[in-house]
Amino acid sequence: MKKETLKSYLINLLAIVILFIIMKMLISNGILNRYYVGIIVFIGVNIILASSLNIATGFLGQLALGHAGFMATGAYTSAITSMAIIESIENGVIIGMPNILILIISLIAAGVVSLLVSLIIGIPSLRLRGDYLGIITLGFGEVIRVFINNIKVTGGAQGLTGIPGLTNFDNTFWITVFVIFVLYTFTNSKHGRAIISIREDEIAAEAVGIPTTFYKVLGFSTAAFFGGVGGGLYAHYLAFLDPNIFGFMRSVEILVIVVLGGMGSLTGSIIAAIVLTILPEALRDFAQYRLLIYSFLLVAMMIFRPQGLFGTTEFSMKMFFHKIRYNQIFSPRKEVKDGD
Amino acid sequence: MALLETKDLTMQFGGLKAVDDFEISVNKDELVGLIGPNGAGKTTIFNMLTGVYTPTKGSIHIGGKNAVGKTPYQIVKLGGARTFQNIRLFKDLPVIDNIKIAYHHEVDYNILNGVFRTKKFWQGEKKAYENSIDFLKIFEMEDYADTLAKNLPYGKQRKLEIARALATKPKILMLDEPAAGMNPQETKELMETIHFIKDKFDIAILLIEHDMNLVMGVCERIVVIDYGKIIAKGTPDEIKNNPDVIKVYLGE
Repeated sequence: MKKETLKSYLINLLAIVILFIIMKMLISNGILNRYYVGIIVFIGVNIILASSLNIATGFLGQLALGHAGFMATGAYTSAITSMAIIESIENGVIIGMPNILILIISLIAAGVVSLLVSLIIGIPSLRLRGDYLGIITLGFGEVIRVFINNIKVTGGAQGLTGIPGLTNFDNTFWITVFVIFVLYTFTNSKHGRAIISIREDEIAAEAVGIPTTFYKVLGFSTAAFFGGVGGGLYAHYLAFLDPNIFGFMRSVEILVIVVLGGMGSLTGSIIAAIVLTILPEALRDFAQYRLLIYSFLLVAMMIFRPQGLFGTTEFSMKMFFHKIRYNQIFSPRKEVKDGD
Repeated sequence: MALLETKDLTMQFGGLKAVDDFEISVNKDELVGLIGPNGAGKTTIFNMLTGVYTPTKGSIHIGGKNAVGKTPYQIVKLGGARTFQNIRLFKDLPVIDNIKIAYHHEVDYNILNGVFRTKKFWQGEKKAYENSIDFLKIFEMEDYADTLAKNLPYGKQRKLEIARALATKPKILMLDEPAAGMNPQETKELMETIHFIKDKFDIAILLIEHDMNLVMGVCERIVVIDYGKIIAKGTPDEIKNNPDVIKVYLGE
């Protein structure tokens, strides 16, 4: 590992820890009350959902319109898992364990089930070139909602109650950080490069030896896994699940975050998730205009900055070190000014 | 031994025989040109050789191994690399990443190594970076390493595409109309590049081209096809004076 890289990793970690401490202090002082903490948790959930969807749409370049479906799969799976674990503990079947462990186990279960579901719909549709995945995920999002609505174990249309409220500020914060770390390192490895090459040119990627179907499925199922994790976190905060919160509009909301932040930029997804979670709360008095504002934002964005806030670039501390060398902040790569 | 060998290669689209009993064999260090008028079936042959189409009949062997029924990326593993008529680069990625992607299989670490940044990851990435830079140096493009591929001049883009194909360590390099859209100066540079590749790498090259200057300038053997059939084979001089070829190109 290069010294410079290590330095930037440490600085990032330090920045995150300082952010955590500041927020923790604000919470214990009561400046951030329960309402604000709730918003922060939703920000965390939205960051996880948006950045995972970004893997499929931004990095892989496949249109996926059913992220709420994976969120629902994850939410219900994790809720049922954690309820089952707690019941077993109460009955003395298994020994007691700390809450965080229960949460982690149920989130992993959520991710794994979402991943399996994504394989079922991804393998047939990703063998083809084109927008078939968009159509299939669109259908899948609705199918999963109707499915949950009609089976017993999920509580059907009445919703699922009695989910332990395991999600709090601390674990949301660190799980979000962890997910971002994993997605960032994943996209910056040879596997991530293969996935990005498919977005750039699928035929060329295949012609230089990238097994495109494998990497398409890998990217899509990674997105689904973390979509499930995000859903699980969400379920354990709400403590109540109703199938109708995972409708098509939910998928669109996540997609809007990705598009606004920039397809192919995790930083963009984070910033956009923060803005678009706070915005509806701040505009609570104009709740009926929320969708209007959303569409206005999107139209304005498409006109003035079609690549999204960040395009495909990431914001990093390293960029500041290199600022003088490149003399640019938001497009760190040197470009040729004149021909040859 | 021939690095590329086809026998009775036939492609039938419904009632149309696009390619009929096509036979070719390209040896190591040999540069063979494939020419023919529009619609003669050159691209169909190319698509069969690179795994895009499965031939109706016949056999293809790359490096002695059967290549029929393989997908394009499996053909690459066998040792067949190609470029495209309309340049297909990873446009929004820097030049070096274009090469690194072609090195994909050489870099040896798994997903967990990559996600958790183990030592193996750093070693693999370091090797990938060094190899790619070395490769760019061969083509005198190391100064462009951080340039986005789309910002390169046209001639350099073609050079990068050829370099990227060579980075997959092929046995046979198939160039699909590399001079398409080039001015005479760029064509001249391309000829130099092709000669250079032939000297530097131990590979066979198959070239489809319309630009007669280029074909006559670089190829040692030329195969002419028309309506899917081979009508002439031979050295550039033989081809120039072959009455069948003149008939096909200029009419009676």
